[in-house]
Amino acid sequence: MPSLKDLKNRIESVKSTRKITKAMQMVAAAKLRRAQEAAEQARPYTERFNAVMARLAASVGDSDTAPKLLSGTGSDTVQLLIVMTSERGLCGGFNSNIAKLAKTHAAKLQAEGKEVKILTVGKKGRDQLKRDYGSLFIDHVDLTDVKRVGYADAQSIAKDVLARFDAGEFDVATLFYSKFVNVVSQIPTAQQIIPATFEDEEEGDEASTLFDYEPSEEAILADLLPRGVATQIFAGLLENGASEQGARMSAMDNATRNAGEMIDQLTIEFNRSRQAVITNELIEIISGAEAL
Amino acid sequence: MADTTQFDLVSPERRLASAAVTSVQIPGADGDMTAMAGHAPTITTLRPGVLSTEGPDGTSDYVVTGGFAEITAEGVTVLAERAMPKSEVTADDMAALIKEAEDALAQAKDTFKNEPGPVDDAAKLLADMVAVGDHIRV
Repeated sequence: MPSLKDLKNRIESVKSTRKITKAMQMVAAAKLRRAQEAAEQARPYTERFNAVMARLAASVGDSDTAPKLLSGTGSDTVQLLIVMTSERGLCGGFNSNIAKLAKTHAAKLQAEGKEVKILTVGKKGRDQLKRDYGSLFIDHVDLTDVKRVGYADAQSIAKDVLARFDAGEFDVATLFYSKFVNVVSQIPTAQQIIPATFEDEEEGDEASTLFDYEPSEEAILADLLPRGVATQIFAGLLENGASEQGARMSAMDNATRNAGEMIDQLTIEFNRSRQAVITNELIEIISGAEAL
Repeated sequence: MADTTQFDLVSPERRLASAAVTSVQIPGADGDMTAMAGHAPTITTLRPGVLSTEGPDGTSDYVVTGGFAEITAEGVTVLAERAMPKSEVTADDMAALIKEAEDALAQAKDTFKNEPGPVDDAAKLLADMVAVGDHIRV
C-alpha cells in the first residue's frame, strides 16, 4: 500500500505528463494544418503532371524506343525499396505501420528469390528495419534538419535514386509511405515508381485530343520521366508529413485522455487512503479513551 | 479586345498564378512561342527562361526552369519545376541556379566521357541559365 506522500507525488507526475502530451497534441494540430496545406497546394501539379505523363506513356509506351524508366530493364531481379518514415517518434503506429508493410514486402520478394536493397528516408524506419534487414541498407537520407520539406529535398533523393538506376544497381523501385486520409486514419502504401506507372484518370473525350508535341513525344517523355520520379517522391514526402502529424495528434490525444483517467483513479485512491488514516486515528483515540 | 484564355502557372510547391490572359509567351525547348486563345493543343518542354503573360490586368513576368507547358482549348497550364515572379528573383538566386547548372555540366562530363548527348544537354542548360541571368539584369 503506497503512502499518502507517494500517491501525491504520483499524481503530480502524471499531471505534468498530461500537460506535455496536451501541448504536443496542440503543436501537432498546428503542424498538421500546415502539412495538409502544403499537400493540397502540391496536388494540382502532381495531378496535371500524371495526366500528361499517362497520355504520353500510353502513346509511346509500347514502342521499342521507350525509355528504360518507363519500360523497365526487362527483369525484376533486383528490387529497391525506398522506405520513408519520420525523424521523430511519439506518433503512435505511424512508423511501425510503414516498416511492417516494407518488411512483409521484402520478405515476399526474398521468398521469390529476388535481391532486395533498401534505401531509408527518416531514421525511425531505419531503426525498425535494422535488425532484420540491416545488411540490405544501401543508403540513408536524413531530413532531421529540414524544417519544411521542399521540392529540392525530393529532387536530391530522386537524383540519387536515378543515378543508381543508371548504374544498373536495381531494376524496380518501390516507394513506401503513408497516405493521409484523415486524422485517425493513415494508410501505409507501396507505390512502384520505377518503371513508372501512371493511373489513367482521364475522361474519354479529353484523352482523345490530339496534341502537337514540341520537341517529339519521345524527347518530352525522356525529359519528364526523371522529373516524374522527383514529383512522386515529393508527393510521398508531403503525404507522409501530414500523416505523421495526424498520427501524432491522435496518439497524443489518447495519451492525454489516459493520463486524465489515471489521475482520476489515483485521486480516488489517495482520498480513500486519507480517509483510512483518519478513521484509524479516530479508532485509536476512541479505544484509548475507552480503556481509561 | 482580344479573347482571353485561362492561364495557370503551377510549381510543385504551390500555384503561382491563375488568371485570364490574352497571351502567354512560353520559353519552349525548341524556341519561344506565344499562346493565345484558340491555339492548337500543344505540349512542349521548357528551357530556363522568362515566361511573360499579357492580360486585362497588365503583364507579368516569371522566371521558370524545367517542366512543361500544356496548351489546350480550355487554357494554358505551365508546370514548372521552379518558378518565381521575375521581380522577386535576386542576383543570388540566379548565381545559385547557374552554379547548379555548372555542377551538372561538370558531373555530366565526368560520367559520360564518350557520350556527347548528356554533356551537350548540360551545357545547353548552363547557357540558358546564363542567358536568363543576363536578361533579368537588363
